[in-house]
Amino acid sequence: MNRYPLWKYVILAIALLVGVIYTLPNLFGEAPAVQVSSGKATVKIDPSMATRVEEILAKAGLKPDFVQFENNSVKARFADLDAQSKAKEALTAALNPDPNDPTYIVALNLLSRSPRWLTALHALPMYLGLDLRGGVHFLMQVDMKAALTKKADSTTGDVRTLLRDKNIRHTGITRSGDGIVVRFRDQATLTAAKSLLAEQLTDFNWVESLDGADYKLAGTLKPEAIKRVQEAAITQNITTLHNRVNELGVAEPVIQQQGADRVVVQLPGVQDTAKAKDIIGRTATLEMRMVDESTEGRMAATGAGPVPFGSERYTERGGIPLIVKRQVLLTGENLTDAQPGFDGQTQEPAVHLTVDARGARIMRDVSRENIGKRMAILLFEKGKGEVVTAPVIRGELGNRFQISGQMTTAEANDTALLLRAGSLAAPMEIIEERTIGPSLGAENIDKGFHSVIYGFCAIAAFMCAYYLLFGVISTLSLAFNLLLLVALLSMLQATLTLPGIAAVALALGMAIDANVLVNERIREELRAGANPQVAINHGYERAWATILDSNVTTLIAGLALLAFGSGPVRGFAIVHCLGIMTSMFSAVMFSRGLVNLWYGRQKRLKSVSIGQVWKPGASVPAKG
Amino acid sequence: MEFFRIRRDIPFMRHALVFNVISMLTFLAAVFFLATRGLHFSIEFTGGNVIEVAYAKSADVPKIRSTVEAMNLGDVLVQNFGSSRDVMIRVPVRADVKQGELTARVFAALCRAENGSVKTVEGAATTTGASSASRQVCDTASGEPLRLSRSEVVGPQVGKELAQDGAKALAFVIIGIMVYLAFRFEWKFSVAAIVANLHDVIIILGFFAFFQWEFSLSVLAAVLAVLGYSVNESVVIFDRIRESFRRYRKMNTHEVIDHAITSTISRTIITHGSTQMMVLSMLIFGGPTLHYFAIALTIGILFGIYSSVFVAAAIAMWLGVKREDLVKSPVKDHDPNDPNAGAVV
Repeated sequence: MNRYPLWKYVILAIALLVGVIYTLPNLFGEAPAVQVSSGKATVKIDPSMATRVEEILAKAGLKPDFVQFENNSVKARFADLDAQSKAKEALTAALNPDPNDPTYIVALNLLSRSPRWLTALHALPMYLGLDLRGGVHFLMQVDMKAALTKKADSTTGDVRTLLRDKNIRHTGITRSGDGIVVRFRDQATLTAAKSLLAEQLTDFNWVESLDGADYKLAGTLKPEAIKRVQEAAITQNITTLHNRVNELGVAEPVIQQQGADRVVVQLPGVQDTAKAKDIIGRTATLEMRMVDESTEGRMAATGAGPVPFGSERYTERGGIPLIVKRQVLLTGENLTDAQPGFDGQTQEPAVHLTVDARGARIMRDVSRENIGKRMAILLFEKGKGEVVTAPVIRGELGNRFQISGQMTTAEANDTALLLRAGSLAAPMEIIEERTIGPSLGAENIDKGFHSVIYGFCAIAAFMCAYYLLFGVISTLSLAFNLLLLVALLSMLQATLTLPGIAAVALALGMAIDANVLVNERIREELRAGANPQVAINHGYERAWATILDSNVTTLIAGLALLAFGSGPVRGFAIVHCLGIMTSMFSAVMFSRGLVNLWYGRQKRLKSVSIGQVWKPGASVPAKG
Repeated sequence: MEFFRIRRDIPFMRHALVFNVISMLTFLAAVFFLATRGLHFSIEFTGGNVIEVAYAKSADVPKIRSTVEAMNLGDVLVQNFGSSRDVMIRVPVRADVKQGELTARVFAALCRAENGSVKTVEGAATTTGASSASRQVCDTASGEPLRLSRSEVVGPQVGKELAQDGAKALAFVIIGIMVYLAFRFEWKFSVAAIVANLHDVIIILGFFAFFQWEFSLSVLAAVLAVLGYSVNESVVIFDRIRESFRRYRKMNTHEVIDHAITSTISRTIITHGSTQMMVLSMLIFGGPTLHYFAIALTIGILFGIYSSVFVAAAIAMWLGVKREDLVKSPVKDHDPNDPNAGAVV
């Protein structure tokens, strides 16, 4: 009865193998590395950069372990710190000829020392939280009310233009809060305006009312539109933050949305909050200007003449110089949206732009006069401008127009992102800030690690002494539990924090419960006079219901923490919940497997090694 | 080795009244301290600034205190944290002080008190090889007298939300466990288990109020984990009670409960002992960050044993659990593997 079918052993073996493979990367530690990433929003890194880095390093006589392209950056790993710093110097010198205007960011980083075949299996070490590696953490609140107000503001202009175009006379358009109020003299114009606005501005609900002698039409944002505006605001803010944070040269920044209106920014390794805040709070601006296509301008672009008066020289993506007039037609404030998409007729990838009413009026005037000429869209960051794109105007433009032609879908996406990235969609405020020194982080790792190890040893020693062979089996299954838990966390690429390590320790302390339940049950069966094989079988079977019950209640607490916890508590909760799952598997299936393997084959089993089973004398009254 | 050599069932329930009175008194004391002293919430809940500074030599806490108090920041707390060289400074939220700049100001003041000046070191590579963009360093002729090891700024609104979320999580755990137990056992057990374990929670909080230990987010996590964990204990005993009701038809409720507790007592002590070993290891090696977390767990585990053995079952008894509550359908009661099974009456 104590035999497992082969498939159960196969499952256990697979679980063990997977556990070992995914736990391994955590054991290799980290090696110094150099990371090259883009320093400008307009520069994108592609796999060819890896070969370039290899060439530069080869020229400098440095031999990296490997150079790889991953997640928009190129990383090269080195054997020691000395090679790392030399490589950084070599790469900085070669990639950034102008130190005041770096195109690429060359940052020092750490990479897992694990062999490449593990990395190829996506077996990566756990990501260490800020409290373990040191750095800055910001929690920022996006002012959603401002985003809605901005939307209402831009729509107010749209309403004005729409009504003027259709010759509908109104007595005033005002914004009240997130809504818009339009006043009319009589009912007829109001009805006409209402049908027009309801058709054109579908994001708003239009309600008419009478206010004294005025006929009033009030527009409020529809709930789904509010949601859309808020989502757009937060994604745009995150994109913008990414661009700004890039400048800090942080190896692996974390910028994530938290909840509906918050953004978490974590910058490992950074210690200077003042500088970080300064950069995060900086604004980049977008400007649209005409390209100077006069003879002098063309001359200047090829380098054959001076830049004409009233024009400036900028570089396009890819480094081609472009002479652009100084006069600013539109700024990023007039641009309400930029989305990648496809041209309606040619099906070419395109970027669809939407400008507000004021922008539309200017666009129309400018485009009418300049058909066939080029208009440049410039992005200013750190006081330096760069041409994002410079399309040719093909016709008269309205408030919605597109840039298309000779673009891949990826380029259209990038351009749309860049156009939106100019500024924050809504202001943000730092509501939580944390800095952890790097030495404190290293100390925390040691402390957490020691707690787990010593606690584990104490439990193991006790179990082995008290339950003998069954104690050894319990210890093995506890170790298996730890292995699975670490493997699972590595697989999920969960962020390990100190509370997370505490949760690992606690999970182990609690997981032993299931083993104790089983062992005590077996002893009890033996005490009642059952033969060993039956005792083992009943012990496991009867303990199972109890183990399940008790784990479910613990899991409820874990889920509550997961649902309502934030930050460090969430990390604790994730590990806690996973620990409960793995402990059920390891304590029941794995330890049973070991017991079956050891005792299952012995037909006439006389005794099991589970420590002394003390039997009370005849004084106990018979029961049952 | 066998620790528990119990000849006959221990009559726990005979003294149930005494234990319940003891529980009640501890509980009331806890409530009293919670009400009069209140919890010493960490800045995660209240909002404010925490600055941890590591000194090169043993820190002069009174001097630091007077330096910070001279800045007029309100109710500032200065204390050693971990070792004698580490100092933690807590500053509450004040409407007239800009929170974001406070850390830098305090650091600069402390630095000046050591005759140093703050300057920014750019792009210094750390020993670990990871890059650090730049950091504020307190510079004197004789090296670096102090370093900023950790700082935390929490806005007041975050704190309010955290407290709300904590309350929600607690409510969720209580309701979830009650529903589950009512479904698995009987409402009387679910009430008994939750009362017994809330009594643990209140007592943990009572300890934190009495000693004015810092109640942080991780302590809250520990409290909730303990709640889930010590309900375990009650569940194991209830499981046994149900089983004993089925097996020993001649025993009355009283005896059944005694038998259930006696037969699980060794498991209770061993399990909790093992968990406690782990927690103790955290308490000893985990450092100051995990200190209160481990303390909350320790109290929770100790009172968890007490409450499930002496309180939960007793409450279930007062509520009047009967055999009929648990042994409902005779069909389920019939064990096909039972060799003694015969005709069912």
